[in-house]
Amino acid sequence: MLAAIEATRHGAGSVLLLDRSLIGRGGATVMAQMTVAAAVGPGDHWQYHLADTLAAGRGLCDPELAALLCRVGAECILEMDDWKVGWARQGNGFAQVQAPGHDRARCVYVDFLSTGPAVSRTLRTQLQRQGEGIRRLGEILVTDLVVQNGTVTGAVALNVATGQPITIAAPATIIATGGLTRLYARNSASANMSGDGYALAARAGARLIDMEFVQFFPIGHLAPRLIGMDPIMWDPFRYKLGGRLLNGAMQEFVERWGGDAEDGTYSTTRDLATYAITKEVEAGRGSPNGGAWLSFTHVPEATLRAAFGPVIDRLAANGIDLTRDCIEVSPIAHYHMGGIRVDPRMRTDLPGLLAAGEAVGGANGANRLSGNAITEALAFGRIAGAEAARIAALPAPAFNPAAAAPALALLSSTASMRNIAALVARLQHLMAQHVGPFRTAAGLNQASTALAALAAELGTAPPGTPGIPHDLNRQDWLDLRQMLLVAEAVIIGAIARTESRGAHQREDFPALSPAWERNLLLRLPAGATHLELA
Amino acid sequence: MPSTRLHIRRGGPGEAPRHDVFDLSFEPGESILDALRRLRISADPTLAFRYACLNANACKECMMLLDGKVIYACTARLEARDMRLDPLPNKPLLRDLATAIAPPDERLD
Ligand SMILES: Cc1cc2nc3c(=O)[nH]c(=O)nc-3n(C[C@H](O)[C@H](O)[C@H](O)COP(=O)(O)OP(=O)(O)OC[C@H]3O[C@@H](n4cnc5c(N)ncnc54)[C@H](O)[C@@H]3O)c2cc1C
Ligand code: FES
Repeated sequence: MLAAIEATRHGAGSVLLLDRSLIGRGGATVMAQMTVAAAVGPGDHWQYHLADTLAAGRGLCDPELAALLCRVGAECILEMDDWKVGWARQGNGFAQVQAPGHDRARCVYVDFLSTGPAVSRTLRTQLQRQGEGIRRLGEILVTDLVVQNGTVTGAVALNVATGQPITIAAPATIIATGGLTRLYARNSASANMSGDGYALAARAGARLIDMEFVQFFPIGHLAPRLIGMDPIMWDPFRYKLGGRLLNGAMQEFVERWGGDAEDGTYSTTRDLATYAITKEVEAGRGSPNGGAWLSFTHVPEATLRAAFGPVIDRLAANGIDLTRDCIEVSPIAHYHMGGIRVDPRMRTDLPGLLAAGEAVGGANGANRLSGNAITEALAFGRIAGAEAARIAALPAPAFNPAAAAPALALLSSTASMRNIAALVARLQHLMAQHVGPFRTAAGLNQASTALAALAAELGTAPPGTPGIPHDLNRQDWLDLRQMLLVAEAVIIGAIARTESRGAHQREDFPALSPAWERNLLLRLPAGATHLELA
Repeated sequence: MPSTRLHIRRGGPGEAPRHDVFDLSFEPGESILDALRRLRISADPTLAFRYACLNANACKECMMLLDGKVIYACTARLEARDMRLDPLPNKPLLRDLATAIAPPDERLD
């Protein structure tokens, strides 16, 4: 949304904003409940934020992209404040909390657990203020880009509401499709996070970077079943109230796996907490459902209420009383550090194609600091929008409908009925089992073989006939086609990287190797069906 | 495990209304959306309904009628009884439980 706003502000006369879901409601942004990191507090500077970001990235951050995230991101946070997003206040400034890995309290938020909805709402309002220049269309699922002599000239998409294909001509296209965590059985994703953008870019011929780095969020909600709240909601509780992470025997354990004693504070980084919980469960000391306990029973009720007000009632509706009950948590797929390779102007390898947000790889290296993702989405959206406006004003090749023909033919094709939802579920389980935070050559190779079997079952055309409104089975097919390519990218990267670093941990190569302080790039050669290291 | 019987309205605009019946067992605390998604995997992949965020109750896409009352499928809990699901009555029907809920200027019909 910010990319579209910025393109208009930079003179683009005609912007088309497409979303496979409702505009501004289908992705991760609206779901984010927590905090946003930006150097906007007294005494802070974006370079301090950059130093923390680079340290967390364990040598793999693209320093230019990381610097843009921190510098432009802070500007965006202030602009969002001008736009009345409602960042929580303390005294004369913003209320800011300290998240693990940051050297100070740097994370702004909107109470109570409303950061994402507030950000989305604010951007939507600004979008509408731009008037006729931006056309917004929801329920348009982009399935392929149109490429003419190496230049991206538009896209082919499915109109979900009618089941009919459409083509779009554009002198500049920005991929801002978010991440890939729907690949995993346990995730914090929406239905729209199948990694479409990575697959779109790769199929068009652009390179992907760092695809092996999937961030697992250590304390995703596990049990009891909690509805109406996103599974990573315990993080803000930990920021504000500390809380205690305990094993099945109600003992603290993070120290045992190399962490520092927490003493009721929240100081363990995501990769370490994920490791500690997984190892504790493997050692047979997990909670009943295979995770760890999180306890706030030592926090007085008045303190809980002051910090989270209405959320305490929502928990009560789920039968959870934090003064009495511990909850079970375990790692879930949450964010993807890798993505489409771009330059500091968000241009991909292909003329006419840009990327923004979580779809971009490289800014966060091997591990992302908490709060950096919304900042990244805003900063890169702003840069990409301005650059796209500049590109759109230059002469561009005329759109050639023939270049869109194969992608249109796919959407118009017919095949026998099959249950694709079940195949998606199989992929999710296989990724969770073999390509989670802890990997081995044997497991990754098994995953690779299983992926080939799924690809064979997928076939070459979506099930049923075109033209059926809201046909989830055909959509699942189109999604699985992209997910299989994206899963292959993660697996190839994970097999190649024979070391452990940040979010990528190889049990057969447990040490960090200085020789591996480099990025892995992948490309899909023209006409090929499998990715290669580039 | 308790079990529920879902009566789900099927078909598109202009088709004679019919309700398909699905029986399934559930864990206490599970939502109607949990059940619908499970049905697509285990029983009928062609079942149409809308959702995006699954858990967060952020996208507001999953609105439908439960026994005639508007609910979010992702926050309404399954109960051990007959439950009737219908599409929103005041929105154009796409198919089954899915309706066109986007603002008219954000649709390409
Ligand atoms: C539950 C949750 C909580 C989080 N909390 C925080 C937090 O507190 N702080 C933080 O910094 N980060 C947080 N993150 C991460 C952060 O929210 C995301 O990284 C960020 O919002 C990504 O923004 P984006 O614009 O790149 O993508 P998104 O907001 O995910 O938007 C992508 C959009 O692209 C659309 N789309 C996808 N594929 C297609 C296609 N093929 N055709 C058309 N449209 C398509 C989707 O429908 C979606 O609307 C959280 C993530 C999750 C999932
Ligand atoms: S699925 Fe998003 S609100 Fe129900």
